[in-house]
Amino acid sequence: MSIFVNENTKVIVQGLTGGQGKYHGLRNRDYGTNVVAGVTPGKGGQDVEGIPIFDSVADAVAATGADASFVAVPPKAAPAAILEAAAAGVSFVVCITEGIPAQDEARVFNTLLADYPNTRLLGPNCPGIISPGKCNIGITAGEIALPPSAEGPNVGIVSRSGTLTYQALYELKQKGIGVSTCVGIGGDPVPGTNFIDCLSEFQADPDTHAIIMIGEIGGSAEEEAADFIKANVTKPMSAYIAGVTAPAGKKMGHAGAIVSGGKGTAQGKMDALAEAGVKIGLNPTEAGELMAEIVAKLS
Amino acid sequence: MDLFEYQGKQYFARFDIPVSPGDKADTVEEALAAAEAAGYPVVVKAQVQVGGRGKAGGIKLADNADEVRTHAGNILGLDIKGHVVKRLWVEHASDIEDEYYASFTLDRAAKKHLFMLSAQGGVEIEAVAESDPDAIVKLHIDPVVGLDAATARQAAVDARIPEKALDGTADILVKLYRCFSEGDCDLAEINPLILKPTGEVHALDAKVTLDANASFRHPEWAEYAETEELDERERLAKTHDLQYIGLDGTVGIIANGAGLAMSTLDVVNQVGGSAANFLDIGGGANADVMAAALEVINFDQNVSSIFINIFGGITRGEEVAKGIVEALGRVDLRAPIVIRLDGTNAEEGRQILADAGIPESKLRSEPTMLDAARAAVALAKN
Repeated sequence: MSIFVNENTKVIVQGLTGGQGKYHGLRNRDYGTNVVAGVTPGKGGQDVEGIPIFDSVADAVAATGADASFVAVPPKAAPAAILEAAAAGVSFVVCITEGIPAQDEARVFNTLLADYPNTRLLGPNCPGIISPGKCNIGITAGEIALPPSAEGPNVGIVSRSGTLTYQALYELKQKGIGVSTCVGIGGDPVPGTNFIDCLSEFQADPDTHAIIMIGEIGGSAEEEAADFIKANVTKPMSAYIAGVTAPAGKKMGHAGAIVSGGKGTAQGKMDALAEAGVKIGLNPTEAGELMAEIVAKLS
Repeated sequence: MDLFEYQGKQYFARFDIPVSPGDKADTVEEALAAAEAAGYPVVVKAQVQVGGRGKAGGIKLADNADEVRTHAGNILGLDIKGHVVKRLWVEHASDIEDEYYASFTLDRAAKKHLFMLSAQGGVEIEAVAESDPDAIVKLHIDPVVGLDAATARQAAVDARIPEKALDGTADILVKLYRCFSEGDCDLAEINPLILKPTGEVHALDAKVTLDANASFRHPEWAEYAETEELDERERLAKTHDLQYIGLDGTVGIIANGAGLAMSTLDVVNQVGGSAANFLDIGGGANADVMAAALEVINFDQNVSSIFINIFGGITRGEEVAKGIVEALGRVDLRAPIVIRLDGTNAEEGRQILADAGIPESKLRSEPTMLDAARAAVALAKN
């Protein structure tokens, strides 16, 4: 098993005819993902290396039965693209677009909440999701992830940062530890899917036996996750929080990674998670080593 | 992007929020002209992006031209907590009967807009939140629904803003909300929002933070970008379109990915060093980007060693390595490099670096982030 996506997920790529969409969409297909269609208004009837293009998400869904979408379009067009997918009945939308205005993100999030409660948005500004060996949507290099083993134990990963996610996948692979699903929730202020959504799925997934969480400075998502873990998560966890030394008031690359008014510090987040029973690594490698210890005890 | 007070007031004026008549001034002569136009008495205010201007002598009342000359002369060039005053805002002085506080921002936990209003303005809102939390009305606004006049007026009633100021306050709140939401602000704050003896309500200060991601739909923001408070290193980085933040340590940092870059600063700190900067070169670590990054790092006189931390995902290790070798040919570096190259095709990448014939005193490879951090910190201390 896995969370959110599996071998049966049928994916359309919004923006498959564009540079990013084509590159990553084809990589995803090469990995084994069921990429069934692309959507670019005005280019319906064409194809990209055998993948049919449709003018609208509704047309693509009607023709292929797709249930997931990969949004790879520029910031100006991304909010409308996400809502178009939701209106067409797509239940899982992954948006990798970086640079969407926060006001647009807030409007999209609240529109989905009110009008399309059955659609889950992952991102924006995220690396995507991979259930190794089954489905890869987004920009993760599939070869750095080890598929889960039937007997386990397997680890679930949830992360706010792209490269640190890859780092975690890679370290687990080096240690021979399989991954059920790896979710990059993204570093923007209003992520469609948050830590709690993923932790709740991992807790319920029988093939996930332990969880790594990678957070960073800014906001209070990690503190809220800590409260949730305390009350609901029984699976063992390790975590790493980036940005211990980040100066206050500066956005550290990600729009959401900023310590403001003394809030959102790495130390506060680490303390909250430790208090909830999560093993805290002071760098990504240490979090990986702590996970290896957890897995050794489970096997 | 933080705006200066005068820019915030100009931005407010675009949304019909009443502000005092005034103008910016970079010289004593310009200050005199601005004062004449605004009408005496005037307030001469230092334009710096730091709190505590008043206490530092950066805000002065002037009744006539002589006083403007004295104060403008004193304030221009004044150092306020490390910020040297280069520009003044001179505005007509308002009579103040009462002071309030109003702000809009995004509540990331609730994923809604957060509206805060208080009848206790003119002091730091954090102090009010400590001493008298009930004096602040907090309201979540659904970004899809927005804020209407009736809700704004009720909030003013709930905040115990006096009857005579209610209509004026509600009117400004609706306009300030428009400024925040249509104007793509991360923060739009008025403190103090004042009531004049004449019954008018108006913005005496302006604190505005713009969301840089929205600049594509705000061509009018170009002028704000020009005055952004950047140090020389940050300005150079900006010309190369690099995600760079200047710090005051001695280890120059280059990493691919914001999370990894943050993590690199942390690891350097853990092993007893300090980072000179944050620099995320993103996914494509090609020779052009790497050369630009090294040029910016090299410009920083405090840098004694450079730590390049790359994790190859889609960008393969050998491409990164070729980029570094080519970049080294273009930039003459003062400080030695320690590189940690890991991920996809990392071994091929390390081989390329080893075969490039670069002396170990200039470039060395370490297998892990921690090893590389230790090596870079040791070099920085020598």
